[in-house]
Amino acid sequence: MKPILKVQNLSKDFIKSLDLVAKGLNRIGQNYKEEVVHAVDDVNFSIFKGEIVGVVGESGCGKSTLGRMVAGILSPSTGSVEFDSSQANNKETPSALRTQMIFQDPFSSLNPRKRVIDIVTEAPIYHKLITPSEKRAFATEMLQRVGLDPDTLERYPHQFSGGQRQRVGIARALAVSPEFLVCDESIAALDVSIQAQIINLFVDLKDSFDLTYLFISHDIGVIEHISDRVIVMYLGRIVETAPIEAFVKKPNHPYTQALLAGVPRLEVGKRQYEPISGEIPSPLSPPPGCHFHPRCKFAAARCKAEKPALREIAPAHFSSCHLNEEA
Amino acid sequence: MEPILKINNLQTHFFTKAGILKAVDGVSFEIGAGEIVGLVGESGSGKSITGFSVMGLVDPPGKIIDGSINFKGKNLSALSNDQMQNFRGNRIAMIFQDPMMTLNPVLRIETQMIEAIQAHDSGISREDARIRSRDTLGLVGISSPDERLRAYPHQFSGGMRQRVSIAIAMLNRPDLIIADEPTTALDVTIQGQVISEMQKLCRETQTALLWITHDLAVIAGIADRVCVMYAGRIVEQGLVANIIANPMHPYTQGLMGSVPSQNQRGKPLQQINGMVPSMLNLPAGCAFQNRCNYANEKCSKMQPDITQLADSRQVRCFNVPAGQQL
Repeated sequence: MKPILKVQNLSKDFIKSLDLVAKGLNRIGQNYKEEVVHAVDDVNFSIFKGEIVGVVGESGCGKSTLGRMVAGILSPSTGSVEFDSSQANNKETPSALRTQMIFQDPFSSLNPRKRVIDIVTEAPIYHKLITPSEKRAFATEMLQRVGLDPDTLERYPHQFSGGQRQRVGIARALAVSPEFLVCDESIAALDVSIQAQIINLFVDLKDSFDLTYLFISHDIGVIEHISDRVIVMYLGRIVETAPIEAFVKKPNHPYTQALLAGVPRLEVGKRQYEPISGEIPSPLSPPPGCHFHPRCKFAAARCKAEKPALREIAPAHFSSCHLNEEA
Repeated sequence: MEPILKINNLQTHFFTKAGILKAVDGVSFEIGAGEIVGLVGESGSGKSITGFSVMGLVDPPGKIIDGSINFKGKNLSALSNDQMQNFRGNRIAMIFQDPMMTLNPVLRIETQMIEAIQAHDSGISREDARIRSRDTLGLVGISSPDERLRAYPHQFSGGMRQRVSIAIAMLNRPDLIIADEPTTALDVTIQGQVISEMQKLCRETQTALLWITHDLAVIAGIADRVCVMYAGRIVEQGLVANIIANPMHPYTQGLMGSVPSQNQRGKPLQQINGMVPSMLNLPAGCAFQNRCNYANEKCSKMQPDITQLADSRQVRCFNVPAGQQL
């Protein structure tokens, strides 16, 4: 089977260029260098049609940058994101509309001065998917799809609660009939009881619109529930990708193990936390070799010098750890 | 044993132009020495205002209009602001969600910590206060505290900053710490570190801790008892183990059911339908009725009273099975 989305050697560097003073000082012999953040560092993966692929990692690991590049909002520094249009549901959809994104904050991602009807129909009218005369009927249908009352068409975003606003954001993304949705922390800003509603909505929409998802979240409980496959990132690199059963039961990389051990769980009850020590290093100067070695309890000399490659340790289960070779 | 904090029928209302908002409406609970109590609820449920009321930090148009906050035998709600100052940051300390908001960005950590000590103990010398600050920083797991004292808040990472604000809260060895969403802004691995420090500190110093959060799973991991709040009221309180094993109030049941790990993968999550009602026009009767699967006519007419259950649990619901009632 061919993947519907293929990401190859994708990297994104953010460069802070030198200011005037530093440039001047460099002229008289000082040596100031530009600061480079490798937000995403040589990432490869593919996604099959109908899959929900979860991306987990802590803040600063590059998961949002990755999502933005997949959605086409950011252009990659190197590498490519390829969408296989032969597998598209609707072959006529322009390629720019195939991937849509749903953002974290439903308060800042909607234009506060536009009515819901205009927010939802702006893109399809612009791309001539519908005519302006069909606007009302189209918006009514979209709102019903995401579980909102069509009576609210004329309202402004501030008249909605957080969960309802997130539904408007979802309706806006679906309005151009995308094939692929990138959800970047789309439920993180919502209350617990509303989170469950939106997660259920995502799953329903996947079935009714035949969608494929890249689901980015720091919430491992949510990722475990919704994803088919999980990508774990640490400081810009993929450390492990695994099918969900293997991720939950047999996490391979020490970082994944630590991450899973740190998740508070209802069913575990009262316990003594035994956290991994240390902080996430600055992405400006990541440690050499394996990025995780300063916090890893298994770290050996080799980990400090050599970057581990992502290797297949079981079918569809990849991990980048030197320990796997010695075993 | 006499509890450190005993809140009885606390009512904190906000007198807004649009009407009276009953942010906290008849809340009662206690915390004993060394005990960790979780206060769980969604945004707008009044959990933070409960914490602020204890600290005397409710700003107008908010006002505590009734009830008592009994702290080691003293009623805090009757104290003036000046009298309250002796307790705040001294006997009772608070940790907030965002450490960047609580630390002054233009002062060194050292200055802020020494200030907090000298504010309550004018006799202590600067050097002694500095040594105490350094030791407390070490206590919360900050390495090389001597150098770190000279740093500014922006030189710390988020997790480190939260440790600093925990250290400041611990400085005067308070009897009670109120922690308002202290780990919500932190990453999972850092959250684990902060929780583990807090657990250790409470056990060693016998400090009582009120942990306010929206995350029931965190509470399950650290607290002894839990109070679940909804629309300004505690709808269920009791021992964490009992409530997790067998939630009684429909809201607690819904809250637990919507946690992904409680559900089978691939199946839709159990969800609580609808949304939190506006606090300005709560329905007559039970505030949860329009989201509740068990609601009947009685629920829409009368406020349910507290029902005492056999396992020292309190539930505000009419539909508690008769066999469970005390």
